[in-house]
Amino acid sequence: MKAYLSVFRIRFAHAIQYRAAAVAGMVTQYAWGFMELLMFSAFYRVNPDAFPMTFQQTVNYIWIQQAFLALFMTWFWENEIFETITTGAIAYEMVRPLDLYGRWFSQSAATRVARCVLRALPILVVAFVIPGPLRMTLPPDAGQFLLFLLSALLALGVVVAFSMLIYISTFYTLSAVGARVVAAVVVDFLAGGTVPLPFFPSALRAVVELTPFAAMQNMPLRIYSGNIAGTDAALGIALQLFWLAVLVFAGRRWMMKAQAKVIVQGG
Amino acid sequence: MIQLQSICKTFRVAKRKSGFKQAAKAFFSREFETVHALDNVSFTVNDGEMVGYIGPNGAGKSTTIKIMCGILTPNSGACVIDGRTPWKERAAHVRHIGVVFGQRSQLWWDVPVCDSFDLIRDIYRVDENAYRQTLDELTELLNLSELLKTPTRSLSLGQRMRCEIAASLLHRPDMLFLDEPTIGLDAVSKIAVRQFIKRLNREHGTTVILTTHDMQDIEALTERILLIGKGRILLDGSLEELRRRASVQKTLVVEYAGAQPALSAGMTLTEAREGRMVITLDPAVCKASEAIAKIAAQTEVTDVSVSGISAEEMVAALYQEYEI
Repeated sequence: MKAYLSVFRIRFAHAIQYRAAAVAGMVTQYAWGFMELLMFSAFYRVNPDAFPMTFQQTVNYIWIQQAFLALFMTWFWENEIFETITTGAIAYEMVRPLDLYGRWFSQSAATRVARCVLRALPILVVAFVIPGPLRMTLPPDAGQFLLFLLSALLALGVVVAFSMLIYISTFYTLSAVGARVVAAVVVDFLAGGTVPLPFFPSALRAVVELTPFAAMQNMPLRIYSGNIAGTDAALGIALQLFWLAVLVFAGRRWMMKAQAKVIVQGG
Repeated sequence: MIQLQSICKTFRVAKRKSGFKQAAKAFFSREFETVHALDNVSFTVNDGEMVGYIGPNGAGKSTTIKIMCGILTPNSGACVIDGRTPWKERAAHVRHIGVVFGQRSQLWWDVPVCDSFDLIRDIYRVDENAYRQTLDELTELLNLSELLKTPTRSLSLGQRMRCEIAASLLHRPDMLFLDEPTIGLDAVSKIAVRQFIKRLNREHGTTVILTTHDMQDIEALTERILLIGKGRILLDGSLEELRRRASVQKTLVVEYAGAQPALSAGMTLTEAREGRMVITLDPAVCKASEAIAKIAAQTEVTDVSVSGISAEEMVAALYQEYEI
């Protein structure tokens, strides 16, 4: 365990070096958050009752999404892992008495947490102080907030476990570009990255809410905004746990298979 | 102890001719060629031995190293290292070995070297005291004190290689596999690396297996040589034996004053000028010392020089002899 924590630590130290990138990312997220909210507020002005979430819930959803983007984005990859496989640097990874799955998992999680730490606070501060209807509010009560934290942690796990599958596929395809593009567009959409899942047509929504994608950002964001509460929140967290277990199990099995037939590229 | 028995490893390589048409064809059906990277490779290395593993590019050296590290699984054959089969008990096995891949880096690019070292310490769960002691020793021997706080990206190749070697030894492995550790290094760095490896082997009894294309590495370091070509072990012996096998000829350059001396058996004249002759000697028939004595008896020798072929030429000759 200590070894994985060390991987986490060195990766974290590595990722917080890039301050300019953090500032640029923050600016993007302010701009994106405002644009999205302006769009939604235009819709809500036409008919506030036509939507499945209250405007305040949507506002909270979007600000938390922007603040914690780094934790949940499904279109972000550890390029080092792809490079490790395609260039053969994996040779060094494999002479360590460390489980490669755990190592990559902690590495990916660390990058996301580090990026999030740098960006989240300033975004949240602004979101809490801006005047008018776009101001973010606290969750309904402390219990809901704790559920949000738990759910956010699980969502991070599910996102990383999912991206592990894409990393492992590189053992076979040598280029993950295809899988990455699909994941960027489809998964982000199904996870509620573009519009929250309650806005989906009900038939589609019923299906999507059972998939691992619903166990990603969808869950913590809706719990925070109060859109999901009580028993529903507990069920949601159970769904997250289930998918996390399934994805980790599948990933580990697949990784073991891939390692047995690994070919080190480039001599 | 390292024991390899009839190890075979094949790779499937996709092949196609150049050109668009061929590329389009390969899109639908690819042709594969099976490459026998290792073909019945067997050898034994005892504890504390230092072995040079040589052969031309693509001979199978790195593949053998990777199998011994547990990275690759062979198609058939047995490999037992200290009672373990590397690819079956990878985690337990790699705790006891150190590996340097000269062409790759195990240090984190953007953080100071000491951070990478700390990570390796945690990965191998090295006890803090033992770690300090090892690091101090390595710092002194490899002259790392200036380098530890520098990010890897700012190191020169020679500096980086010294750090790479140190990184591979932080957990005090019983054996060290070096895959081209001196590749691209300048003379000073090469000598430093060689001296260090020698010392490590002598003082800690570390078993060392090293692949290299630099024959001076071999001359400086190893008693025993394994020659591999086209996936087969062709020779297992000392450098001296290798020299004998390579049917080494010697070249004798004589400068003299007076009459041109006559040659005897085993001497072939390759070049002759007034007062200077170049003779090729077959040492099996006539030793250099005898040849010089014979010539000196006939004429007044003003200068003489004998040169053998270098280890480099010898290996090239061997590669040619075995057609590898």
